[in-house]
Amino acid sequence: MSRDPNSSKRNIIEARNVFKSFGDLEVLKDVSLDIAKQETMVIVGPSGSGKSTLIRCFNLLEGIQSGEIRFEGNIIKNIDKDAWKRREEIGMVFQNFELFGHLTVLDNITLAPIVVKGLDKKDAQQKGMALLEKVKIPEKATAFPIELSGGQQQRVAIARSLAMEPKLMLYDEPTSALDPEMVKGVLEVIQQLSQEGMTSVVVTHEMGFARNVADRMVFMDHGRIQENSTADKFFNGQVSDRTRVFLDQILIH
Amino acid sequence: MIGRWFSFTNLNGAIMDALTLIIDYLFSEMYLRAAGMTLLLTVVAMFFGMLAGLVIAVIQETGNKQLNYIVTTYIWFFRGTPALFQIIFIYNVLPEFGINLSSFMSGALALALHEGAYVSEIMRAGLQSVGKGQRNAARSVGMKEWQVMRHIILPQAIRVIIPPIGNQFIGMLKLSALVSVVAVEELLLVANQAASSNFLYLEALTAAGIYYLVFTTIFMYIQGHIEHWANGGYRPKTLVENAPDTKLIGRTEAR
Repeated sequence: MSRDPNSSKRNIIEARNVFKSFGDLEVLKDVSLDIAKQETMVIVGPSGSGKSTLIRCFNLLEGIQSGEIRFEGNIIKNIDKDAWKRREEIGMVFQNFELFGHLTVLDNITLAPIVVKGLDKKDAQQKGMALLEKVKIPEKATAFPIELSGGQQQRVAIARSLAMEPKLMLYDEPTSALDPEMVKGVLEVIQQLSQEGMTSVVVTHEMGFARNVADRMVFMDHGRIQENSTADKFFNGQVSDRTRVFLDQILIH
Repeated sequence: MIGRWFSFTNLNGAIMDALTLIIDYLFSEMYLRAAGMTLLLTVVAMFFGMLAGLVIAVIQETGNKQLNYIVTTYIWFFRGTPALFQIIFIYNVLPEFGINLSSFMSGALALALHEGAYVSEIMRAGLQSVGKGQRNAARSVGMKEWQVMRHIILPQAIRVIIPPIGNQFIGMLKLSALVSVVAVEELLLVANQAASSNFLYLEALTAAGIYYLVFTTIFMYIQGHIEHWANGGYRPKTLVENAPDTKLIGRTEAR
């Protein structure tokens, strides 16, 4: 695929012909994908289809074997000593929250701004409190992660990422580990950020949510992108047969 | 003689004499020095042992292949041979290579190297107690590897390693008696010398035993406080309230 020189003005991520394998297992096969600035992209697909691995390549938690990934036009190298510079600009929210167990909620949020960006502690805390307001749990600032519900933990995890003022947010199945009654609060936060113009990539099985927030829908299967279309087309059923089979399976309930 | 200050008139003469002698020993300069030596050996050997253990554990975690071979060999050797052998070896063999250490230095070095091999495993378990998920979360907000270690892994690993390290401290207190074989004037050697001058083994050894038990008790007390400090700060109230009051009895495996 040839590269339009102006494309990096439009796109924050440009992946071209990406291959990745874990040993003999090929998890990404010839994946090419653009993510436009301020766009919200939802990636769906059966488990093991490579969707989580793909977004982990964007912030260099995983390296790739071949192809290239650009972030704001610059090639993302494989994991090396400078990987932190890339990660600093890309937020990530994990399925199991992964809050730092020894730190309070507020310290979870302020740690990286203080040690990575060198922010003054007071400023970081002020900003942290503002973020806790945003995710609607300021009263939990001094609590420890284990004292929070899953939904609260995930909202803190989102605030922790936002504290680094990322240019792109990656959500790796953010509600899969939550009790059903907790899902809504987390999705509302993600949706609000998306509406405020945060470029977002969400790997999820929540199709109702996808319909609400997605500008673009991607369907992955067996390490390949099977479908990449606007949300309108996708939800109006203008999809391939393979995608339709998958959608029928998960929309049945 | 301090022993004479106490009155044991209700006891029969032999027991009174024995108690008097034990108390005399306890407060004698000879025993105080020896107790100080035992304590010094323990603290020095543990300090360097823990340092070695931490370095080894970090090397094993971060995985440079050559370094890994070296530390694996080190652990293999120092866990695989008796501490007594290591003490005698270092004291008698190093001079043949022109390295002359005092008996205290040889003893402390041998104990520290021996300890390092065990502590490294404890440290490694501590480091591994912090899962991949949290490490990746820390990386995802831009932390460098050493920052992840410093701010995320070590503070949480400490909670896990304090009880077994306390155990090792108490073990080291007793292990230090082995350096009596290279004539370091610590408690056991001094007690043995005292006993062989008058054949009153009960009194001489009891006095030494009391010192060991006092030190052990102090170590356990300190360990309790350190645990409280490490956990208390960030242990959620609900857990603390429901936690059974676990006082650790000093225990160490026989070597």
